[in-house]
Amino acid sequence: MGYLARQLAGRTDPAADAGWSDPPSRKGFFTDTSICIGCKACEVACKEWNALPMDGALDLTGNSYDNTGGLGASTWRHVAFVEQSQERITAARESGRRLVDLGMPTVGSPSPSPAPASRGVPAGYGTLPAPPEEHGPSLGELLSQKASAENGDLGTTLEGTPMVGPLPEFRWLMASDVCKHCTHAGCLDVCPTGALFRSEHGTVVVQADVCNGCGYCVGACPFGVIERRTDSSVSVTGDGHVPNIGVAQKCTLCYDRIGHDQEPACAQTCPTTSIRFGARDDMVAAAQDRVAQLHEQGFTEARLYGANDDDGVGGTGSVFLLLDEPEVYGLPPDPVCATSKLPEMFRAAGVAGLGLLAAGAVAFLGGRR
Amino acid sequence: MTTSPFDSYRPPEEGGRRRRRSGVRGAVSGAVSDASRGMGRGRTSWLNRDGGGRREAPAVPDAEFSSYYGRAIIKPVPWKHEIPAYLFVGGVAAGSGIIAAGAAATGRELLRRNSRLTAMAGVAVSGALLVADLGRPERFLNMMRTVKLTSPMSVGTWILSGYAAFAGATTASEVARMLPLPERGPVGVLARLVRAVDNPASVGQALFAAPLAAYTSVLLSDTVIPVWLESRRELPFVFVGSAALASAGVQLVLTPTDQTGPARRFALIGVVTELLAMHRLEEHLTELDLDEPVRTGAGGSKLRLARALTVAGGLGTLLAGRSRVAAVASGLALASASSLTRFGIVEAGIESATDPKYTVGPQKRRLEERRDRGQVHDSVVTVR
Repeated sequence: MGYLARQLAGRTDPAADAGWSDPPSRKGFFTDTSICIGCKACEVACKEWNALPMDGALDLTGNSYDNTGGLGASTWRHVAFVEQSQERITAARESGRRLVDLGMPTVGSPSPSPAPASRGVPAGYGTLPAPPEEHGPSLGELLSQKASAENGDLGTTLEGTPMVGPLPEFRWLMASDVCKHCTHAGCLDVCPTGALFRSEHGTVVVQADVCNGCGYCVGACPFGVIERRTDSSVSVTGDGHVPNIGVAQKCTLCYDRIGHDQEPACAQTCPTTSIRFGARDDMVAAAQDRVAQLHEQGFTEARLYGANDDDGVGGTGSVFLLLDEPEVYGLPPDPVCATSKLPEMFRAAGVAGLGLLAAGAVAFLGGRR
Repeated sequence: MTTSPFDSYRPPEEGGRRRRRSGVRGAVSGAVSDASRGMGRGRTSWLNRDGGGRREAPAVPDAEFSSYYGRAIIKPVPWKHEIPAYLFVGGVAAGSGIIAAGAAATGRELLRRNSRLTAMAGVAVSGALLVADLGRPERFLNMMRTVKLTSPMSVGTWILSGYAAFAGATTASEVARMLPLPERGPVGVLARLVRAVDNPASVGQALFAAPLAAYTSVLLSDTVIPVWLESRRELPFVFVGSAALASAGVQLVLTPTDQTGPARRFALIGVVTELLAMHRLEEHLTELDLDEPVRTGAGGSKLRLARALTVAGGLGTLLAGRSRVAAVASGLALASASSLTRFGIVEAGIESATDPKYTVGPQKRRLEERRDRGQVHDSVVTVR
C-alpha cells in the first residue's frame, strides 16, 4: 500500500508515518479483564501521577461499584463493573463460541499447535465453594453437582474437555478502560492546531499549551475517550488551581514516564498484573497466549479487543481481553476512524461546491434580465 | 412471548415502514435483579417489542444488545449554539459571494453592493462565532500554526481566511465607491488600487465561496457522531442548497425586485437541491435505522419546520417573487429555513451521540452483515 493510502486506514507503523526516524518499539497496554479485581488502584495511581482534578461533586451513580462513570477529561483510567446472571454468562459463552466457529482471524502468526497438554483434563468452572454452616447452597446440592460433574454430564469445553462444575449463578465483570492509542487516531487526525501529536512510542498525546479547545477531537474519538475539561472540575491541590480548563485532555500513556524507561503509573500499581505495559507486539502476543489458555480451560467467552490491525482503526495500542461482547463494557463493537472516509467526503463536498458555482452561473446567465 | 389467548385475535401487521428497533438492555443483570424482574431478560416482551401488542411479531427477532448502564459510548462534540449559527451565517456569506460575483459581472449595482456587504458581515460574524466557541478563545490564532489536510477544521479555517481576504477587498471597493474620495493624493491612489483589484477579488471570492459552503458538511461528517457520519454523502448537497437559498433569501429582503431575478433563480435551485438532498439523507438514515434523531425530538421538529418554510419560501419566490412584499416574506422564510436546517442537523447529531443505541445498533448490524458474507478479517474482536 502506498504511503498516502496508509495514512487514513489499514495496518501501518504510526510512529514512522508521523515522521519519527528510527523510533523505539510501539508501546501499549494489555488489559486482561479476566484477572481484574476492581480495586481501582489504576484510577488512583493515574490521578496521582498526572495530578488530575476531580470531575465535580462526589456522586454515587448506583451502577454497581462504579462511581467514576466513564473516561473523560480528568479520568484517564476507568474501572467498569458489570453484574451478570447465569443467563448472561451462557449468552457470553455462546457468543464467544460463535466467534470461534466463524473462524475469526488469528492475530499475527498462529502459535504452533496451542499446547494440547491439558486436553482431556477436566476444566472450566470447577471449584466448588466450601459451604459454611447454615449459609449458601446446601451441601446436598453441592454433592449432587459434584456427582454429576464426575459423571461428565456438565458438557464439554470448546476443545472437548469435560467441564467439572456448573456455571455460576452470578459473575462480576471488572475491566479497566483507558485510551486506546489507535493506529489511526480520529482525535489526532482532526486536530486543527497540531496540539495532538504522535509520540515516538506510537502513542497519541495532547500538548495542553497548544490546544485551543475547539472540541473537534471529542466528536472524532470512536471510543468516547478524549474530552474538554470544564470549569466544573474541582482542584485537589492546596492552592485550588485546576490546570488546563477548556483544553482537551486524555491518557498520555505516561509519556513523561515511558521516556525514562518507567512503566505507566496504572500498570506499575496494578496488583494482579491485569494491566501490563510493554512493546505492543509483546502485548498482543501475551494476549493471544492468554486467550488460548482461557479457551482451553473452557472459558469460551474470552476474546481479544483491539489486537487486529485490519480493524476500523488499524488496531489499538491498548489491547483488551474481554469476557463478553464489547458493548457490555461500554466499548463500541465496530469502531471506525471517521477520517478513513475522508476522501469520499471531500469528493462529495467538491461535487457539491462545483454544483453551487454552476447554480450561480445558471442563475445569472440562464434567464432574461 | 405472551401466552394470552387473545393474541390470536391480533390484526395482521399494519402498513408503513418496516422498522427494526434495537432494544437496549441495561448491564445490571445480576441474579437478584433478574429474579425481581420476573420476566426473563433477553426475551422480547410486549414492553420492548416494536409497536406494542398490536403488531404481528417480526419474523426476525430484534437485534438486542447490552449497554453499560445505558451510558453513551461516544461523546458528543462540546459545541454550543455558536456552531450551528456559524453554519448558517457562513452559508449566507458563501452564497452572497457567488451572488455578488454574478451581479458584478452582469452590472446589477444594488445587488452587487448589498450582497458584498452581506458577505463581509457574514464573514466577520462567522469569525466571531468560531472564536467564541473555543475552550480557550485567546488561543484562536493557533488554528493558523499548521495546515492539516486530514482536519476539515484546519482546511476550513484556511478556506474562511482566504474568503475573508477576498471579501475584504470587494468590500473595500464598495466602500470606496460609496464615499466621495479625492482623485489625488495617497487616498486617491488607494482608491484607484482598490478599484483595480475589484474584478480579480470578485472572482476569487466566488471561487472560495464554493468550498466555504461545502466544507462545513465534511466538518460534521468527519466525526463518529452517527447521524453526521452516516449522512456524509448527502450532507454536502443539503448544505450548499441551504447556503444558496439562504443567501438568495437575504438578497430578496435587501434588494429591490427588479435586480433580484438571478437571486430568485439561485434560491429556487437551492430549494430544489436542499429538499431532494434532505429527502435522500432521511431515506439513507432510515435504511440504517438511524432516522429517529432527524424525525423526532428538538432536531426533528426544527427540520420539519425548516422544510415547511423552504417549501413556502420557494413557492413564494416562484409565484410572487416580483412583488416586493412577497419577495421580502419569501426571503425571510428561506433564511429562517436555512437557519433551522443547520440547528436541526446539529441537534439531531448530538442527540444521536448521547444514546448508545445509535452507536451500537448500526455497528452491530454492519458487523453481522459482514459476518454473514463471511468477511471476518476486519473485526475489532478476535479470538486467539
